Amino acid sequence: MANKPLPAGSAPSADSLKTQMPARKVVKKTGAGILHDILVEEGVEVIFGYGGGAIMPTFDQFYKSPVRFILTRHEQGAGHMADGYSRATGKVGTAIVTSGPGATNLTTALATAYMDSIPMVAISGQVATAAIGNDAFQEADVVGVTRPVTKHNVLVKDVRDLPRTIREAYFIARTGRPGPVLVDLPKDVQVAALDIEDDGELNLPGYRPRSKGNMRQIRLAAEAINAAERPVLYVGGGVILAEAAEELRQLARQGNIPVTTTLLGMGAIDELSDEKLALHMLGMHGSAYANYAVQGCDLLIAVGARFDDRVTGKLETFAPQARIIHIDVDPSSIAKSVEVDIPVVGDAREVLLEMIPLIRYSERAAWFEQISRWKQRYPFTYQQKDDAIKPQYVIEQLSRLTEGQAIIATGVGQHQMWAAQFYRWRFPRQMITSGGLGTMGYGLPAAIGAAIGCPNRPVIDIDGDGSFLMTANELATAAQYNIPIKVVILNNHFQGMVRQWQELFFEKRYTATEMVNPNFARLAEAYGCKGLELRDPKDVPGVLEEMLNTPGPVVVDAHVAREENVYPMVAVGKSLHEMEMGGLS
Amino acid sequence: MRKHILSILVQNQPGVLAHIAGMFAARGYNIDSLVVGRTEDPDLSHMVIVSIGDDATLEQVRKQLGKIVPVVKVRDLSEQTCVERDLLLIRVHCPPDKRIELRQLAEVFRGNIVDFGPRTVVIQLTGPEEKIEAFVELCRPYGIKQLSRTGVIAMSRDTQPVEAAPLPHKPKGRRRAGAAMVAASMPSDDGPPLPPS
Ligand SMILES: Cc1ncc(C[n+]2csc(CCOP(=O)(O)OP(=O)(O)O)c2C)c(N)n1
Repeated sequence: MANKPLPAGSAPSADSLKTQMPARKVVKKTGAGILHDILVEEGVEVIFGYGGGAIMPTFDQFYKSPVRFILTRHEQGAGHMADGYSRATGKVGTAIVTSGPGATNLTTALATAYMDSIPMVAISGQVATAAIGNDAFQEADVVGVTRPVTKHNVLVKDVRDLPRTIREAYFIARTGRPGPVLVDLPKDVQVAALDIEDDGELNLPGYRPRSKGNMRQIRLAAEAINAAERPVLYVGGGVILAEAAEELRQLARQGNIPVTTTLLGMGAIDELSDEKLALHMLGMHGSAYANYAVQGCDLLIAVGARFDDRVTGKLETFAPQARIIHIDVDPSSIAKSVEVDIPVVGDAREVLLEMIPLIRYSERAAWFEQISRWKQRYPFTYQQKDDAIKPQYVIEQLSRLTEGQAIIATGVGQHQMWAAQFYRWRFPRQMITSGGLGTMGYGLPAAIGAAIGCPNRPVIDIDGDGSFLMTANELATAAQYNIPIKVVILNNHFQGMVRQWQELFFEKRYTATEMVNPNFARLAEAYGCKGLELRDPKDVPGVLEEMLNTPGPVVVDAHVAREENVYPMVAVGKSLHEMEMGGLS
Repeated sequence: MRKHILSILVQNQPGVLAHIAGMFAARGYNIDSLVVGRTEDPDLSHMVIVSIGDDATLEQVRKQLGKIVPVVKVRDLSEQTCVERDLLLIRVHCPPDKRIELRQLAEVFRGNIVDFGPRTVVIQLTGPEEKIEAFVELCRPYGIKQLSRTGVIAMSRDTQPVEAAPLPHKPKGRRRAGAAMVAASMPSDDGPPLPPS
């Protein structure tokens, strides 16, 4: 590999730069050096990455650096870790990968972050500018490939554009409706040396995210809330992203308004301390009482939510009696699928801060009575068994043992829905899950990223056997850096969620959903993690406790009832109140 | 469904055209015509897209365009008075005995004959789309051999008709059914009916 070491002195370390570089002083740096130093300035404390030819000059910058470098086992893992880190901390996650296959491997993670509006920056190496377009070794049109799955992406062809481009990437990623930004960096740009006089300016004439809401609309919304007899707050991931959970809670208490959260909104309210207001999750596998409340409410207040089809069920009959207030930072979210009566475009926190003083308390006795009847009659429930571990029971026990204080990551499938239903959510940024894209394999790497960002909280990945195996190689990452994640595999030896649909809609024809799995506990041990097994319902609390008390990464292989279904369930095309209860009520 | 003329000012950067065209394709919006050109500012390009659709869809198109970072400004010119021009080159079958007739036809539309051949003529015509289309229809009986159009470019007029302050913006989305339609199947007061088992 013709990767000559950089000439001495061309890439000064961050420390020497800090002391050397008063504002506007001209300093000679390489593209890679510029990149490194701006990452430091942007406050990047950790990078998740995987190297290769086209990114080596940039990697070299991290040989001695204040930034921690986590080598993952796959670029998808690096992307999900940056994403999980971002969701858990609120900071912009960063991933660095090589050109071609490195960048294409990253795309699933970018799409995952994009669908859930997660701020992250990805930097991909690219072949030298002169070689671009010639089908060079490990060349791929990465900007073309990732354009539909990033908030913004850019190929840097001139090292003079680099400082501004990197700053813009972080700025765009974290402002407005956040999202992933990719910077494609040709190898010659990384090594080009430049006298930079970096004025730190951005050039984004068309990028003007709105933060303050229109006061007139806010007043209209407040009046509607004060006048409503049966309001419901429908809260999505936007509240978490905007750090607006505290304001949301205040609004709910002050107005005495029940709150239902989407999968990405879990933790916006504390379901234990605000138990009376908590309706838990709504939608396809939401609680019956949340879905009935939405269908019965006279005012639906959507905050940072986007009326996803998994939430609304059949659109024509969604919240049929309600006027709708929709608060969202992205104007294109408003009225995209559902007609809205009072739109408020703005940052959720800013808008709620303006709105709270205008809200009056109201008893709403009849409404809460109705809701508590629904809650009593249709709680989340399951049938306990002596001879098989019920997955819901495992999650209940986890919730109890951790007092709802753990950060929970998940894969995608039944276990994800049960986690949402049976864990009791208490704080924002607690749930780390792929909602919009539904990416199996997200749980383990996202948990690692979250644990690196929040070293003082227990981080548990509640995973499915199918999902876990998609990225299980990242156990090696957890072991190498001793990241103390706990993985609970709800192992039903099936792609459970797909099997459930086959049972319900394809007359139990289980085509290609049965999984013959490895011994996960031994697999974990082979990776250098602790492996535990769980086969008897009696052992559940004990083994979970052992897991929580064991330092370092631990995997629990919990063999659970194989053909358990997730209920309630709103079948595709049905209205929210037309739920299947699976004989549980 | 009606015609919308979108005027889009973009930063002059590689990939912007692909980004915008890709967004239209990915979201299933149609493009009737698309023109990109330089502006008075070397850092900016002007793009004019004609798209046919209902108002709610076009409002989404506009918002989605606004989200693309290098897009500086988006306006729907069909909501105001504007000058719109399309340029047509049309080669029409033209035996010698039809030359006078076709020249007169072109004159009526203020078109020019820009190429004369033994059996065909090429006529150049500018104007709003409706005019171009009317002319094409009149050429059809002679036999159209070739036709090429630039697509519309447009600019708003300096003087807009006096009108009341714009109404508060009320966006549209999928209209939901009236409450009555659903009331029958709604949960009753003491809890919803048991679901079918
Ligand atoms: C990458 C990816 N491929 C396929 C799917 C479709 N899918 C959704 S859920 C599911 C099964 C998940 O199985 P498992 O992880 O074992 O979880 P369980 O449902 O059994 O809890 C599949 C295949 C997906 N969401 N993501």
